[in-house]
Amino acid sequence: MIEFRSVSKRFDDGTLAVDDFSLVMPSRQTTVLVGSSGSGKTTLLRMINRMVDATSGELEIDGENVSTIEPVQLRRRIGYVMQNSGLLPHRRVIDNIATVPRLNGVPKKQAHERALELMDTVGLDRDMAERYPSQLSGGQQQRVGVARGLAVDPNILLMDEPFGAVDPIVRADLQQELLRLQRELDKTVVFVTHDIDEAFLLGDQVVILEKGGRIAQKGTPAEILAHPASDFVASFIGADRGKRALSIQTIDGAQVLVDGDGNLAGRLVEAGPA
Amino acid sequence: MNLFVDAWLWLVDPVNWQGSGSIPVRIGEHLFYTGLAMLGAALVAIPLGWLIGHTGRGRELAVGISGAARALPTFGLLFLFVMLIGVTLRGPSTVFVLMLLAIPPILAGAYAGLEVIDRRTIDAARSMGMTEWQILWKVEVPLGLPLLIGGLRSATLQVVATVTLAAYVNLGGLGYDIVQGIQLRSYDQMLGAAILVILLALLFDALFAVLERYAVPRGVRAGRDTDVRTTPTGRRATAELTATT
Repeated sequence: MIEFRSVSKRFDDGTLAVDDFSLVMPSRQTTVLVGSSGSGKTTLLRMINRMVDATSGELEIDGENVSTIEPVQLRRRIGYVMQNSGLLPHRRVIDNIATVPRLNGVPKKQAHERALELMDTVGLDRDMAERYPSQLSGGQQQRVGVARGLAVDPNILLMDEPFGAVDPIVRADLQQELLRLQRELDKTVVFVTHDIDEAFLLGDQVVILEKGGRIAQKGTPAEILAHPASDFVASFIGADRGKRALSIQTIDGAQVLVDGDGNLAGRLVEAGPA
Repeated sequence: MNLFVDAWLWLVDPVNWQGSGSIPVRIGEHLFYTGLAMLGAALVAIPLGWLIGHTGRGRELAVGISGAARALPTFGLLFLFVMLIGVTLRGPSTVFVLMLLAIPPILAGAYAGLEVIDRRTIDAARSMGMTEWQILWKVEVPLGLPLLIGGLRSATLQVVATVTLAAYVNLGGLGYDIVQGIQLRSYDQMLGAAILVILLALLFDALFAVLERYAVPRGVRAGRDTDVRTTPTGRRATAELTATT
């Protein structure tokens, strides 16, 4: 469990990125922080592994205050996946995945075996182990990034817009892959995105942020969609327009659904077993 | 044309290849001062450049110092130091002046090599739990090596050419033959020695060109073939750098 208690962050240039933020991120669930730029979502994420230190307030991981943990040690037990993968360009895929175990003193052979297993886990062909990051596609690089994040089998996985830079088809693929991984691995995932569709798809708990890390609303995707807490949330999730604003029209006795743009979205049927 | 033939004859004359003031001895002296100055300059400039490149602090200072040092008149400086420090210590003062000449390009190569690395790569290394030393040695140094070698390359060329001046304070080197040639009006000797300096410079340039090429990490080189948008490294960036500093 990750708990923020009245956490604030003011950067050296005076910007108040996060203002009095409190939140509990339950273990073994995916919490998605979603908001536009300037909402402080990345800052919040980076506080968890102390890439950013809070100016005030407390941040605990399983009851342990992170400010008492040495940053390097803390980071080595938390997986981190970033946009553009952040792979080391001069190291082969297998060495990239094995980086943190090697830093922790795991023998090379063992670390490489584990890396190959992780390549299977994230759906990468083992043939790619000897390649360099620049020889992979964007989607493959992100998979390597995820494998690297999982290398030390961390309890917590931080993901900072990991699928933001790949094309929509690859993104959809990676999102499904992450859902599958999460069912298998049961990590505490903290996921940052500006894409509300992605947030609703992946999040057990979705936290919609306004400027300065102020929570506009938090809850399950269904709760948020059913009862947007404010006009801001309603507008942010697009509840009043487009493909989320469905209305029923009756045509020859059958009911069809039409979205906010006037396009047919489907037809109304009896709810079956989920 | 005749002059070149004479110079060639001087170069191949067996008499000039034996004894105390012979060509091999002069080349040896020349290389000795070059090596000593380069070693001293590298020991100062590389750690300092890495410190600046890693922390991002002091860049303006480094650029300023580099620029100012480049404008220094080496010849005047050489005499100044020999006179200030004393004729008995003319060896060390010559090496010191040559070091001043070599430091700016090495410093620039060292910090620029670190500076051109994608910040996201460094950020990723840090967020994985690398210590600052590990970031430096495992990420920044390997990725910055081509530019550093580029800096060493231009420093070596300048020093090899400038060691010629050491003859004016009676320290030998290939400059000795040139200076003596001027005084004796023996142009064959002058030109022959000058050709040797040029050959040494070309030799070092070729050597560093090869080193620079092999210093590019395999993954980065592999990326260049497929992705032309990679950050500028190698010669192009060195050229830009020299232009800006």
